[in-house]
Amino acid sequence: MVAQDSAIKTQPIVINMGPQHPSTHGVFRLRLVLDGETVIDVEPVFGYLHRSKEKLEEERTYLQTLPITDRMDYLSSMTNNLGCSMAIEKLANIPVPERAQYLRVIMAELTRISSHCFAQGMQLQEMGAWATPLMYFIREREKIIDLFEMVSGARLTFNYIRPGGVSQDIPPEFIPACYKFIDEMPGYIDEYEQLLVQNEILRSRTMGVGVLPRDLAINSGASGPVLRASGINWDLRKQDPYLVYDRFDFDVPVGQHGDTYDRFMVRMYEMRESVKIVRQALDQLPPGPVTANLPIVIIPPPGDAYAHIETARGTLGFYMVSDGGANPWRFHVRAPSLINLTALREMIIGHKVADTVVIFGSIDIVLGEVDR
Amino acid sequence: MNGDIHNFFNIDGAIVSALSGILPAWALVIVAGLIGIIALLVFLVPSQLATIWIERKLIGRFQIRYGPNRVGLFGLLQPLADAVKIVGKESITPAGVDKWVFWLAPIVTFIPALLVYAVIPFGPNLILADLDIGILYLISISSLGVIPVFMAGWSSNNKYALLGAMRSVAQMVSYEIPLVLSIISVVMMTGSLKIGEMVSFQADNLWMFLLQPLALLIFFISASAELNRTPMDIVEGESEIIAGYHTEYSGFKFSMFYVAEYTNVLAVSAILSAVFFGGWLSAPILDLLPAWLWFIAKIYFFFCVFVWIRATLPRMRADQLMGLAWKFLLPLALVNILVTGIEVYMNLHPLLISFINIALAIGLVAGWSELIGNRAVRNERRQYIPVVPVVR
Repeated sequence: MVAQDSAIKTQPIVINMGPQHPSTHGVFRLRLVLDGETVIDVEPVFGYLHRSKEKLEEERTYLQTLPITDRMDYLSSMTNNLGCSMAIEKLANIPVPERAQYLRVIMAELTRISSHCFAQGMQLQEMGAWATPLMYFIREREKIIDLFEMVSGARLTFNYIRPGGVSQDIPPEFIPACYKFIDEMPGYIDEYEQLLVQNEILRSRTMGVGVLPRDLAINSGASGPVLRASGINWDLRKQDPYLVYDRFDFDVPVGQHGDTYDRFMVRMYEMRESVKIVRQALDQLPPGPVTANLPIVIIPPPGDAYAHIETARGTLGFYMVSDGGANPWRFHVRAPSLINLTALREMIIGHKVADTVVIFGSIDIVLGEVDR
Repeated sequence: MNGDIHNFFNIDGAIVSALSGILPAWALVIVAGLIGIIALLVFLVPSQLATIWIERKLIGRFQIRYGPNRVGLFGLLQPLADAVKIVGKESITPAGVDKWVFWLAPIVTFIPALLVYAVIPFGPNLILADLDIGILYLISISSLGVIPVFMAGWSSNNKYALLGAMRSVAQMVSYEIPLVLSIISVVMMTGSLKIGEMVSFQADNLWMFLLQPLALLIFFISASAELNRTPMDIVEGESEIIAGYHTEYSGFKFSMFYVAEYTNVLAVSAILSAVFFGGWLSAPILDLLPAWLWFIAKIYFFFCVFVWIRATLPRMRADQLMGLAWKFLLPLALVNILVTGIEVYMNLHPLLISFINIALAIGLVAGWSELIGNRAVRNERRQYIPVVPVVR
């Protein structure tokens, strides 16, 4: 803590990084104790964005819960809709038409790409690359958002996936546009890799930084790219296939070291895999209805249901308890962003201040989901 | 000769001689100096606006967007709008700051930035003060830049500012050494500390970047570290310590730091072009343009190079940055001095020296980075296919 051979009196300084800070992805606070530049203790503080979403959901009918889930993880609202819809479907035994399932897969994977794009861009922004990589990643994200706008009319909170299917069928121009995008995307990913992955500054900033050991990753309940970068082959799309994921051929990229570079690269490879899935889903897309016939107010029988999906950030779970009324009696979200933060302290301690934001960014949280 | 755009000192001389009958001799000295200073400001103030516009526009293009294009034609009035905005902002003095130092730092920061221009040769005879110790003056003045940064960081009563100030002292002191050593090898070749003579040396021989490529590399890296530009902007790394030493500054006081930064970038570009790229000398075929225009074109070229680097590279970490200075640049600079010394002693032909030094630079940079650089990091190959058995 103190310079050993020195007679100069030194003392650790405490820095409140956040809630207003450019790199905390919103209003997150890290209470850092520093010895010079080295972090010797860190205490994450959150709750600044708490909007009591779960309680709000309990005051609404099942269909009305969906728009609120959009606003939890606002960078991948499609998958939030998906998880919530799946829980409602499980609770009320609603069948989902096959075409809707394929559309859901397409939307979920496109969401994964767009969310990873943003995560990678922000990661580099935090490394100080001065917005250039971010703008390039956002270029691709915009294309996905355009596709989403085509199907849902919105650009951020889509509210497209509904219990029983999706809100409406895709317009005819969607499929060629989507094919065009997935044809272009691997080239863009190659471009990023050329620009970034061999960059020595990037490598020396990320390799061996913020190591999340395998055991700790499991014990802390981490999921998604954070868990897979630590060397655990765990992806709900493979382990507990939902929708029609078992019909597609794709790999799950797994890292070995659990450092920031692995998390970065796992996301990079996941984008490629998602492109593969979207292409297969588009090829196999069956005709038919896109939504089940549902009453305006869904009243499920008493009981509870838990549905989990693999979002860009990890395992997103929705738990609902019904008492036979029109509203959920209990509504709980297992947010991957929040749970991935569990091991943050262990990952940061011993690194420099500059690494703190990089490690924090590599977990890829969305504050709307952490605090809900 | 009056009206010759190749030499502005004619105008200076004309004014002074016109006044010589009216004013006493001591006043003439002051007037002559003032004319020079005003001439420099006439260059610098529009340059500020131009550089801001160029940087914003270029960065925009690098980031696949247009950059400013709303205020005036091609957004040309954007810097003026920026200036009006920043001056119009409230200048906050937070509670608990050391007021005197807090107010003094933005003023002090501009002084060395401006003083540097005294010895910059815009053309033959177009130099405000061609000091005998020109390059020494330049280095000593530019190293003063760390003091206002530390003043600002210390007086702000802000921990981020303090961190930035600590980083800046460590960084600038470290990079001062390779910077000076790289210049020393140039001085050994020219045999003069006068910047004007350095340029005329290049007129007689080859341009210095061919004779001293390694010194150019070291100088370039060290200078961009001194300037706090990406990838070495740890002093104000906005994603880590918000804005570093000027976190608490706003309004006009902040704009002083801003202006000083751009002035410094231009100064370094000017030194680069004067010492390594032939200063006012023109490319052989294009002798029509006046010398000072050549020099300014070179300055702007190097400014664009700095912008390019800023738009491309991620930031290094503080400890990696120190490692680069002490482990990489310093030994290379020392070797370069040794080799240059031998070459000067043996009085080799410039072409031969150039050949040897280019080979040396390539060999040393490649070899040394293989030897001590983070080769492990650079060459590490990782697999991202699931080789681990599935966890159930």
